[in-house]
Amino acid sequence: MPLESNSNLIEIRGLKFSRGKREIFSGVDINIQRGKITAIMGPSGSGKTTLLRLIGGQLRPSSGTVIVDDANVHQLGHQQLYQLRKRMGMLFQSGALLTDLNVFDNVAFPLREHTRLPELLLRTLVLMKLESVGLRGARHLMPNELSGGMSRRVALARAIALDPMMVMYDEPFTGQDPISKGVLVKLIQTMNSALNHTSIIVSHDVDETASIADYIYVLSEGKIVEHGTPDALGKSQSQWVQQFMQGLPDGPVPFHFPAKQYIDDLMSGTEA
Amino acid sequence: MTGWLQQLGENGLNAFERTGRGHIFLFHVLRGIPEILLRPQLIIQQIYSVGVLSLIIILVSGLFVGMVLGLQGYTTLVDFGAEQSLGVMVALSLVRELGPVVAALLFAGRAGSALTAEIGLMKSTEQLSGMEMMAVDPIRRIITPRYIAGIISLPLLTAMFSAVGVIGGYLVGSGLLGVDEGAFWSQMQAKVDLQEDILNGVIKSIVFGAVVTWIAVFEGYDTTPTSEGVSMATTRTVVHSALAILGLDFILTALMFTDV
Repeated sequence: MPLESNSNLIEIRGLKFSRGKREIFSGVDINIQRGKITAIMGPSGSGKTTLLRLIGGQLRPSSGTVIVDDANVHQLGHQQLYQLRKRMGMLFQSGALLTDLNVFDNVAFPLREHTRLPELLLRTLVLMKLESVGLRGARHLMPNELSGGMSRRVALARAIALDPMMVMYDEPFTGQDPISKGVLVKLIQTMNSALNHTSIIVSHDVDETASIADYIYVLSEGKIVEHGTPDALGKSQSQWVQQFMQGLPDGPVPFHFPAKQYIDDLMSGTEA
Repeated sequence: MTGWLQQLGENGLNAFERTGRGHIFLFHVLRGIPEILLRPQLIIQQIYSVGVLSLIIILVSGLFVGMVLGLQGYTTLVDFGAEQSLGVMVALSLVRELGPVVAALLFAGRAGSALTAEIGLMKSTEQLSGMEMMAVDPIRRIITPRYIAGIISLPLLTAMFSAVGVIGGYLVGSGLLGVDEGAFWSQMQAKVDLQEDILNGVIKSIVFGAVVTWIAVFEGYDTTPTSEGVSMATTRTVVHSALAILGLDFILTALMFTDV
């Protein structure tokens, strides 16, 4: 591992996780350095979101450890885990906003649940969080009135409401138009430096992620296939990494799904 | 033959596993009650959406059920010259049986299905996961207030169903068919016992409220987070609730109104 362990906020060691008979992780080691933006990249279905859920303690690994801020996540009791989660922010791919609350109340939700702040102070805090994502003017809108990009920005404001030590971003750029992508890239970068927290981005959007990440881990078939700075990965000797980073249609990940010979298939009558 | 047996075994095991999960879930829901009682506004909001919004269907159905009881009761009783007892017949039928059972069936269809769909959609749109990650226990914050609201609402709705039903019976019996008004009310007052009839009906409706709301919130929470999953969970809520209400009604009636 290239990073000093004492500077790591998260240390994942020998992580194994299966869903039914399918093995998602078969021994994964990851270090997430404090104050940095670390990206976990990999093709769809490689278990990136599952990894975030394992870090957040929503899933339990079959073996291995996840240490967050010196606490072994999967050995914590219910109360301790919830205390730890108060210091974790998570931005879900869908935004996961509460649909019966407006933008203001969504951002106020964690503050109302965990603090006894007077309403006036709470209002100020919520407006500050909304201002930082540029949506102070949208505070009266309901989630169904927001675009996808706006939803994620509101969710980001909510994720940082309790000033967490880290924020996990689950596919923040997926399905966004170029302007929204640009806004999110800038927000993630600005938030990370301004609030001095640790960011973990799970994504398969290579360009956006590589432009802001300090360190990247590439996941495939349950293992870390490569890790390093964005520049180092760009010069990787691995054909697989090159295919992934450059988005090439064919390579170690074949264009064609395995099948019998084309000509045999065409001549095999009416068989579906 | 072996495949069929295997399937039967698998289904049986799944059913047992689900039943177990349902009971553990109920335990977690009940454990959250003391905390939620300190935040009554959460319960009041749910009483509105579970109870108040079910009022119309309950009141309209209660009125028609009472009117039908008045008609049917009169045509039977008049053959024996006992039409003056129509009030007793209508009131006893409603407070002992039809009130709790029909109100619970309507409640399962109107509020139970809505609860399942709402919670199922919250699950499929990651709102429940989002809460967990904000260190807010979704069972305590979302499920427990709805569960308490269901238990409070159904007895109240049942009382209104029965009251409106009695008025429906009176309108048809006295207003339309000419049963003596004094006899209608005085016999009802004399023969309907507070503990034996009304209290037992209230107990039934509390039990039905607890069971129907449990089924509804569990189905929503345990749903497969897809459109098809939510649709199937909603159907299961209505079907399982109806079967549970009718089965429990038989057991409770046997315990309350017979000397067995």
